[in-house]
Amino acid sequence: MTNEVAVISGKGGTGKTTIAAAFAAIASNIVMADCDVDAPDLHILLQPNMEKTEEFISSKIALIDEGSCTYCNLCQTHCRFDAVDPPDINSISCEGCGVCEYICPERAIMMRDKVSGHIHESSTHFGPMVHAKLLPGEGNSGKLVTEVRKRSVKFAERLGNEMVLIDGSPGIGCPVIATVSGLQLGIVVTEPTLSGIHDLKRVLDLMKQLWVRPAIIINKYDINLDNSRVIERFCLDNSIEILGKLPFDTIMTESMIEGMTLPEYSPKHNLVKSLQRMWKRIENMMRMNP
Amino acid sequence: MDHGRDSLIVTIASGKGGTGKTTVAVNLALSLNHTYLFDCDVEEPNVHTLLHPRNVTSEEVTVLTPEVDHNLCTFCRKCSEFCQFNAIFVGKTNVLVYDKICHSCGGCALICPESAIRERARTVGSIKSSKVDDVSLVYGELNIGEPMAVPVIKAVKAHIVNNAINILDAPPGTSCTVIETVQESDYVVLVTEPTPFGLHDLMMTIDVVNRIGVPYGVVINRSTIGNDNTAKFLKEKRIPILMEIPFEKRIAKLYSRGIPFVKELTEYREKLQEMMKSIQEIVNNDK
Repeated sequence: MTNEVAVISGKGGTGKTTIAAAFAAIASNIVMADCDVDAPDLHILLQPNMEKTEEFISSKIALIDEGSCTYCNLCQTHCRFDAVDPPDINSISCEGCGVCEYICPERAIMMRDKVSGHIHESSTHFGPMVHAKLLPGEGNSGKLVTEVRKRSVKFAERLGNEMVLIDGSPGIGCPVIATVSGLQLGIVVTEPTLSGIHDLKRVLDLMKQLWVRPAIIINKYDINLDNSRVIERFCLDNSIEILGKLPFDTIMTESMIEGMTLPEYSPKHNLVKSLQRMWKRIENMMRMNP
Repeated sequence: MDHGRDSLIVTIASGKGGTGKTTVAVNLALSLNHTYLFDCDVEEPNVHTLLHPRNVTSEEVTVLTPEVDHNLCTFCRKCSEFCQFNAIFVGKTNVLVYDKICHSCGGCALICPESAIRERARTVGSIKSSKVDDVSLVYGELNIGEPMAVPVIKAVKAHIVNNAINILDAPPGTSCTVIETVQESDYVVLVTEPTPFGLHDLMMTIDVVNRIGVPYGVVINRSTIGNDNTAKFLKEKRIPILMEIPFEKRIAKLYSRGIPFVKELTEYREKLQEMMKSIQEIVNNDK
């Protein structure tokens, strides 16, 4: 069976992608998946060669035939998304439900396929990678995330790789639920700020609801040692494993500017050693996973 | 958009998470006289972790979800065939509604030939209101496990006040939640950091804001880290830099303790007031 492990965070900007990319460089025999389809950044560090790109079509959008429209406005009154202003459809607001098509007495409305984004299958120095980009303003992030995961698992199975490593998105909504559901392990990268702690608790509650095992990395732990202790205490009380703590270090930004993962940029750095230890622990957790 | 002579809606957005949206929104609100501050990042709202409101009033946010009367249902499947979101499943003797993936379009109730489907309100989140100093705060909280944030964002925005300065803190990303927040804004402040991730996500967000057609400018946060590609890009595209905030451990430490930096670094109050003045000028010239 292919294990899926995701790096998520709740709060944005805690270091998810930098840490996921470092794990990609440390690991062997994995497939990478960037499930932050809304603002994907993993490719900046992994510099994939795109081998296959496909349109992602998963919903429909209404189209009004101006010639047959009698401007009775029935469609407008029934649309719950304020998307219809005959003969125009607001492509951002339209959710493709089809109510307007059904209600139109003139059969002047047709539902047609809508491209919501693009999905890429690529190769990197560290193995295959599946990534995607949702078009601006789209609302189908959950479905696109599910598709990225599906393809990554298929890749892994074909190559006999045991693990898919996922870079997730911030928040707790649709794309995060799609990323977390059915995972073997969710690594939550947090920071010792009040907002970091607040967001950590919300994302942990979500994982609990979805029966996903969490493990925590405290990034920039030395920015506020008191808050780091609060997080450690909280994890202890709730039997949540802390994989490790990383100090604030400008090397995270420096390596990003060079477009490199941390282990490539500075293989002997203390941060890299900590990350190697964490990765070993993750691999062990997966091996013990029945 | 015109919402009264002295009305202003300024949205703070970013694309990339953790660039300092909430920091800018809160410190800006605190630097001005009597503002309304709205946290539209309803998945992970953070404004209240900086403002620590007391006496919070709460109201529920509901969406409509179908309810099937099994006595009237003939299991004809018309509803499930119609539903574009696979939110309703008709078996031989039972109908299942998957509340969380239902988009509340009302199509199933409309299409049911037996009128066996009724819509009922279902709670998906809450809106909290309070006042801290001179700031009226409204923030939304999506219930954990609920996938759709847009209805909660809409409910937050329903509290926007005419003839006042409204500051909106947007969620990260570029998807429907961001569009929902930014629509109707008079101006968007994009907060970025001068790193490759920051610039990449800034460019994507600029695409979105251009599409909506709202004027915007950029705040470069942690301006002393990273490189100058962001500044170069903005210069080339003639996008105004509204303000730069250097990376300072003091600011990061204050943030970590939940203290807005203008409370201790008072020199920033004036800078933020200046920024708002220039935004108001741009908006007034546009009107």
